[in-house]
Amino acid sequence: MIATRTSELSEIRRRAAERFAALRFPTTRDEEWRFTNVAPIAKADFPIAAPKVSGHSLRAALELHPDLIEEHLGHYANDAANAFVALNTAHFEDGAFVHIPKNTTVDEPVWIDFTAIPERAAHPRNLIVVGAGSQVRIVERYSGAGRYFTNAVTEIVIGENAIVEHVKLEEESLDSFHVATIQVHQARDSNFKSHNISLGGLLVRNDINAVLSTGCEGTLNGLYLTKGRQHIDNHTALDHAAPHAASHELYKGILDGSSSAVFNGKILVRKDAQKTDAKQTNKNLVLSENSVINTKPELQILADDVRCTHGATIGQLDEDAMFYLRARGIGHAGARDLLIYAFARDVIDRIGIPKVREYLEKALFASLEHSRRLVEAAS
Amino acid sequence: MGKPILKIKNLHAKVGDKEILRGIDLTVNAGEVHAIMGPNGSGKSTLAQVIAGRDLYTVTDGEVIYEGQDLLALAPEERAQQGIFLAFQYPVEIPGVSNLYFLKAALNAARKRRGEPELDAMEFLSLVRQTITMMEMEESLLNRAVNAGFSGGEKKRNEIFQMAVLEPRLALLDETDSGLDIDALKIVANGVNALRSPDRSTLVITHYQRLLNHIVPDYVHVLAEGRIVRSGDKSLALALEESGYVGLEELAETVQ
Repeated sequence: MIATRTSELSEIRRRAAERFAALRFPTTRDEEWRFTNVAPIAKADFPIAAPKVSGHSLRAALELHPDLIEEHLGHYANDAANAFVALNTAHFEDGAFVHIPKNTTVDEPVWIDFTAIPERAAHPRNLIVVGAGSQVRIVERYSGAGRYFTNAVTEIVIGENAIVEHVKLEEESLDSFHVATIQVHQARDSNFKSHNISLGGLLVRNDINAVLSTGCEGTLNGLYLTKGRQHIDNHTALDHAAPHAASHELYKGILDGSSSAVFNGKILVRKDAQKTDAKQTNKNLVLSENSVINTKPELQILADDVRCTHGATIGQLDEDAMFYLRARGIGHAGARDLLIYAFARDVIDRIGIPKVREYLEKALFASLEHSRRLVEAAS
Repeated sequence: MGKPILKIKNLHAKVGDKEILRGIDLTVNAGEVHAIMGPNGSGKSTLAQVIAGRDLYTVTDGEVIYEGQDLLALAPEERAQQGIFLAFQYPVEIPGVSNLYFLKAALNAARKRRGEPELDAMEFLSLVRQTITMMEMEESLLNRAVNAGFSGGEKKRNEIFQMAVLEPRLALLDETDSGLDIDALKIVANGVNALRSPDRSTLVITHYQRLLNHIVPDYVHVLAEGRIVRSGDKSLALALEESGYVGLEELAETVQ
């Protein structure tokens, strides 16, 4: 286990271990996990290994900035309610630490790359502390090969009037388990934008939670592509804790094969959070009759002067659009790819990092080509 | 007279259990413009969609020969690549796909089929610039999503723009004139007329005679209840304008 010099951190970890022992892994009887059965993760019982992280090591930072880490680590992500957070807090060995001092604009995006170790469980723990008036873009990428379990927790603390754009790229192997919690705390007038892109993993669960203070803007965008027997569950929670904050949420999913996905979008508008403006949209493109999507908005509005809207759609490829493209000479497979791509692009285009956009466009085309070859090979 | 491009013999087609085409015979030779007129529900659009390959319709009898081959055996994209173009009555909006990308993909599919090199975005742009001007369209329209948020007139103009770029051997215009004001109608007609040549043919489907003042047809056919009940030259269109489509249903019963 990671050496912790500070007694407070040791105490947090000890308590988390106790909580996990009390909570155990959730079951589908638990409302929050109704459509996601994590029994295979418990059953696999991979031995724990330190995650392989490129640069920005939390372990190294623990020596250099113990006070800063002690001030924030474990103070936002809730291990009382989420067993996986407790498991991470109790067992993390390393992760990324990004600290942007106040009034600093970082031009180049910060890339954090995690590569999984086969047949192991890793609990990457990330802490991102952005000072007041600063601006930064961060890309967190997860990939690997073979069977393994990644259980990541990222805490993002955003100072007043700061601007943070965060991309989570989940490209895990199709045999892996991936669970991640991103807990965001926004100080007043700050702006947080999340892009949650899930392409890989056999069993994936993301929890993205943001707490908004007065005058904040929070954007949660997501894209999930499932095929084969993949299952991807996205739970988001926006906590409008103070007045005059706006949130925008767009999650889009493309389901193929015998895959399944879950979208659960919680919006809590607290009693004092007047003038809240919240908009949530979830759109799903279902390509196979064997795939299943469960989508659920969960709005809890305690203030009376607010604007909150939500909507969800589930549909197939538009036959009229398919014929229109084919009648112009574009082949069936090409027309299908083009429509799927157009559907996904809506999310990709919102990412403010050109390199990530280009990367995703290529990844998307490769993924489409791959599934097409599978279909062709099977027929 | 040019050699036949399209030969339709005794074509029957239905949608669901409903028979819509009930024995169409029509030959279109190279260089000719044929107008097909008729009341709503007579099967005009169905004929166009069947030729383009829409699988919503089932052909139950008859044959369609295009340039000597069995057209009905081809997929819609193969028909398009071999020079058939349908200007849609209701062009489809495709958010997320730019006009430029879409039309370049369409043109390159046809070029690839002909064994010609594919064009890149710059070559494509320089090729289409003149056509954009002819259609009196803004170049910025190329970067917009296909038909998304276009007005009715812009959509129809976009169809003819695509046609002008793809240079089909057989163009099918499905009520391209409906809902157009006179200025837009002239632009559309100019686009169609610019393509007229001895080796190209056009099938103009319309409900109104007005378009035929601007695109003068060689032949006019009247469709009623799934059959061609009368054929003639352009004067037939004018006669129809006078008398309307009244009485055509009775005529359809007598044509066997």
